[in-house]
This record gives sequence, C-alpha cells and structure tokens, in this order.
Amino acid sequence: MAYLTDRKRAEGLGSSKTGTEHFWHMQVSAVALAILIPVFIFTFGRILGASYPEVLEYFGRPFPAIVTGLTLFVSFIHFKNGAQVAIEDYAHGLTRKALIIGVTCLCYACIAVGLFALVRLAL
Amino acid sequence: MADVNRGNRPLSPHIQIYRKQLTSVTSILTRITGNGLIVAGILIVWWLLAAATGPDYFAFANAVLRSWFGKLVFFGSIWAVWYHFLAGLRHLYYDSGRGLDIPTAEKLGWGIIIGSVVLTVLTVIIL
Repeated sequence: MAYLTDRKRAEGLGSSKTGTEHFWHMQVSAVALAILIPVFIFTFGRILGASYPEVLEYFGRPFPAIVTGLTLFVSFIHFKNGAQVAIEDYAHGLTRKALIIGVTCLCYACIAVGLFALVRLAL
Repeated sequence: MADVNRGNRPLSPHIQIYRKQLTSVTSILTRITGNGLIVAGILIVWWLLAAATGPDYFAFANAVLRSWFGKLVFFGSIWAVWYHFLAGLRHLYYDSGRGLDIPTAEKLGWGIIIGSVVLTVLTVIIL
C-alpha cells in the first residue's frame, strides 16, 4: 500500500470508475488551454473583420492556422468533458444519456468542420 | 437497490436557501461562462467554414459576426473566456491543495472578478 501513489489509489473508485481519469484529462486540457487561449484570442481577434483575401492569406500562414486548429481541438474536447460533468449534476436517466451523447456529437462535429475549413484555407 | 424508499425520505436543504457567497457565485459563474462559450465556438467554426467555402458565403458569415448581435456575443465571450481562464487557474491551484482557507479563497474570488474585467478592457483596447 505504501508504494502506491495517491492517484493510483484513487483510480477505479466511485460509481462511474472513471472519475480519476476524467479529472486528470480536465487538468491536462486546462493547462494546454491556459497557454493556447491568450494566444488564440489575439491571433483570431486580429483577423476577424478583415477582407476575404486577407483572411485567405492569413490562414495560409503556419502560425495562425496551427494555433487555430490546436485551440479548436483542445477547447472542444475540454468543453465536451466539462459539459458532461454539468449534465451529470442536473439531468438523470435517459435525458442525461441523450444530452451527453448530443454534446459529444456536437463537439466532434465542430472539430471536424473547423479542421476541414482550416485545411482548405491553408492549402 | 438504489431506488428503495426514494420518495418519502427528508430532502437535504437545496442550494436556493443558502445565502450567496463570493466563493459559490464565482464557482457557478465558472460553469455558466464555460458552457456559454459554445455559442462563440460554433460561430467561429461556422465563420471558418464560410471562409473555406467562398467569397459570397464568407461575406454573409462575416456580416453576421460583425453585426450588433455578433459584436455583443463576441464582447460577452471575451469576458467569459477571460473569466473562465482565471477561474480555471484558480481551480488548478485549489486542486493542488492550496488556497482553500476562507480569506485566501475570497481574495482569489475578487482576483477573478476584477482580473476578468481588466483583461476584457485590455483585449478590447488592443483589438
């Protein structure tokens, strides 16, 4: 017992058995977003409102395209996991399942659409 | 098993009977801002898709985002994202087992509120 770390002792406990993993993924994506979000706000904020040729040229450059793609991916996964916790707090039974599935699909769809758009803009 | 005698047991007091506190209000605002950011997220993805589709669709999406409605959503989202950002940092600090005594927790709460307003104003000035 003394050789186990705190995390190892918490794993697999609780009614869902996956809470430790969920919590850890939230922390990892939160740290990633703590770096990405300030960069994204000013990267995206600079181009919003520009003309069409300027937008095409901007997302053809590696830095804006990569920052936008990374931020969309990490933030929608973070949203999916966070919204799931909120749903689990307030909804029960079939409603809970339907809402979690709905939010998960919405997030996956947003990631796919966002990345597709960026690839088309960049290439 | 779990639903034995669920109906007539006494309920514990619910959230609305407690006095609002800085810590509870800043906590629920973290959840509200986080969930609310989906609106800006969807708008950004839609705007990118429009830009990838062609000039006409881009002009339409761009007009929506730059309308008073779009500006309101993005102004609100800038505050929401900064609030959620600072509250998230506080969460990471809490999760390390620090800052959980009441005076520190209240200071952190004010830090988030004031900090989010300051960062929003700075962002709007810079952009």
